Amino acid sequence: MKILVAVKRVSDPDNLNKIKLSPQGKIDVTGLEPKPSPYDDYALETALRLTENGTSPKQRLGEVVVVTFGPKESEQMLRAMLGTGADRAIRVDTTDDGVDGDVVARGLKGVVDKEKPDLVLLGYQQAEHESNEVGQMLAEYLGWPQATFAGSIQSEDDKALLVGREVEGATARIRVTLPAVVTVLDKIVHPKSVQSKHTPATHTYADGVRFAALMAIMAAKKKPLAEMKLADLGADPTTKVRYGAAEMPPKRAAGVKVKDVKELVTKLKTEAKVV
Amino acid sequence: MAGTLVIAELFEGKVRKSTFSAVTFAKQVGSPFAILAIGAGAASAAKELAGFGAQKVIVVDDQVLKDYVCERFSPTVAKVATDGGWDTVVVTATTFGKDLAPRVAAKLGAGYAPDINLVKIDGGKRQYRRPMYAGNALGWLEIATPVHVVSVRQTEFPAAEPTGGDSPIENSSRAPDEPAASRVEFVKLEAGSSERPDLGEARVVVSGGRSLKEQFKQVLEPLADTLGAAIGASRAACDAGYAAPELQVGQTGRTVAPQLYLAIGISGAIQHIAGMKGSKVIVAINKDPDAPIFQIADYGLVQDLFVAVPELVKDLKAQS
Repeated sequence: MKILVAVKRVSDPDNLNKIKLSPQGKIDVTGLEPKPSPYDDYALETALRLTENGTSPKQRLGEVVVVTFGPKESEQMLRAMLGTGADRAIRVDTTDDGVDGDVVARGLKGVVDKEKPDLVLLGYQQAEHESNEVGQMLAEYLGWPQATFAGSIQSEDDKALLVGREVEGATARIRVTLPAVVTVLDKIVHPKSVQSKHTPATHTYADGVRFAALMAIMAAKKKPLAEMKLADLGADPTTKVRYGAAEMPPKRAAGVKVKDVKELVTKLKTEAKVV
Repeated sequence: MAGTLVIAELFEGKVRKSTFSAVTFAKQVGSPFAILAIGAGAASAAKELAGFGAQKVIVVDDQVLKDYVCERFSPTVAKVATDGGWDTVVVTATTFGKDLAPRVAAKLGAGYAPDINLVKIDGGKRQYRRPMYAGNALGWLEIATPVHVVSVRQTEFPAAEPTGGDSPIENSSRAPDEPAASRVEFVKLEAGSSERPDLGEARVVVSGGRSLKEQFKQVLEPLADTLGAAIGASRAACDAGYAAPELQVGQTGRTVAPQLYLAIGISGAIQHIAGMKGSKVIVAINKDPDAPIFQIADYGLVQDLFVAVPELVKDLKAQS
C-alpha cells in the first residue's frame, strides 16, 4: 500500500497559551518552538503501522510519502519524519499565511494526481487554526470516500479499511474502499488501534508514536526530499477565506478560595445559584 | 433567494438539539431561512422543525439516507442549497457538521467558516469569529466567495426556542449518487452505554483527573448522580485507563460549556482548559494549591478530593 501523509509545522502546541497579539491583532508566536502538529505525528504513525509487520518494523512493506505546505524551514520537520520511517518527502513551497485550507486541499489533489497513493492520511485538525477541513475538501476534490475522526483502522487486505469514527458518545463504523482519505484522532496510536494486513493480530504496539533511532536519522539525510510549487500542481492559489485581526479571549479571573465544603455548597446555592 | 439554509441533524427520525444552535445563527444574521431535514424519517422530524419561524422546512426523506454517510448527504445538501439559491449554508459543529460542512463547501466552491462562536455584520460585510490556538486567540475571518458555508459552536449559540407558527413543508429529493458513495458502507453504530446526560448537553459536568486512579467511578458517580451531571475526565485520566476515552474533555476531546463544571483533582493543563473554559461557573477541588486550574476557577477548594467529594455529596443531599 502506498500512503501519502499530509503534515504541517505549527508553533509548540503545548505552549499556545504563550502566544501574544500585536497592537494590530496579529498573532505573535515568538519564542515558541516549531513542531509538527501532533495529529500529523499520529497520522504518520498510522501510516507506518499500516505498511509494516509490527514484529519487524524496520522493513517497510509499502511506501510512505510525507507532504507539507510551507516555507523552507519546514524541511527540518520532514527530515525528522524521514528518520522516523517515511520513505520520501515533498515540500510544496508556500508561506504559512498565504494559503487557506481550501488552497491546501486543491494543492494536495495535485500531489495525489502525481503520486497516486492508495490512501491519504491527515490529522483530524491542525493545532493552530483547528479548522478540521482539509481532508474533507480533498476527498471531495478527488471524488474519494472520507473517514474523519478515526479512532481505529483495520485494513481489509489493503483493499478496504474498516474505520471506527469517534462521534458523540459512540463509534460509527464505516468501511471505505480504497483509495480514500482518512483523518485521525489521537486514539489511533493506542496499542491496538491500527490493524494492518502484515501484523499478527496478537501484536501489541507501545502506546503512542515511535521515535527515530540515531542511525535512522543519519540515514534519513539521504532519503529524497522534493520541492514543488503550487503552480506545478495546477492549484489556484486564490484563498476563499481571509483572516483579519485576532483578539484575545476574555481572561477568566481566578475567583475565591473557599475554606471548606460547607462554604462551597453555600456559595453555589446562594451566590452562583447553580445547585 | 438569498438567505440561510440550516441543515438539521437528525437521529433515527428525531431532531437533535444541536440543530437549534444553527437556527439561532440563522435568526442572528437576519435574512429569511429554511431548514433542511435530511435522512430516513425526515418527514416526521420536519414537524418538530416547523415552529421556529423558518420560511419553509425542506424534507428529503429517503431510506437510502438511513445512516449518515457524508458522500450521500453532501451532494443533496449542495443540490438543495443551489436550487434554492441560498447564500449561506449553516450546520452546528458536532462531528456530523464538521464532517459534512467542508465537503459541501468544496462542492459549492464556497468558503468555509469552521466552528465559529460569533458573527457580526460590519460595513455590510459579514465577519465570523472563531477560537483558535487551543482557545488562546479568537480569529476574525471573512469569506470571499458569494456562498458561505458555516459551522457554529453549539456551546456559544444557545438553542433557539420555538416561536410558534407553522412553516410550510416542501418535499424534495436526494441528488443522484456520486461514485464516492458506492465506496462507503455504513457498518454500525456502537453506542456508549451511559445513561447520564450527554457531555455536550449536560447542565452540570463533574470531571475527574488522574489522581482518582481506580476509584474514578466510585468517587465521582455519587456526585454526578446527586447533581444529575454528566461525567468528564482529563486526558491523563483517560490515557491511564481510569476513565473511558469518550469522557475526555479538552482540545482533543469534547468541548463543554455547562452551567456548572466541577474539576475534581484536575491540575488544569491548557488542553483541558480549552475544552471547558466556556462553562458558566467553574469549581476546582485539588489538594495542590498551585494547580493552574485555580487560576480560572470561580470557586476553589484546596483539599484532598477523597475527603472533600464524599462530604460534598452528603451536604448537597442534606440541603436538597
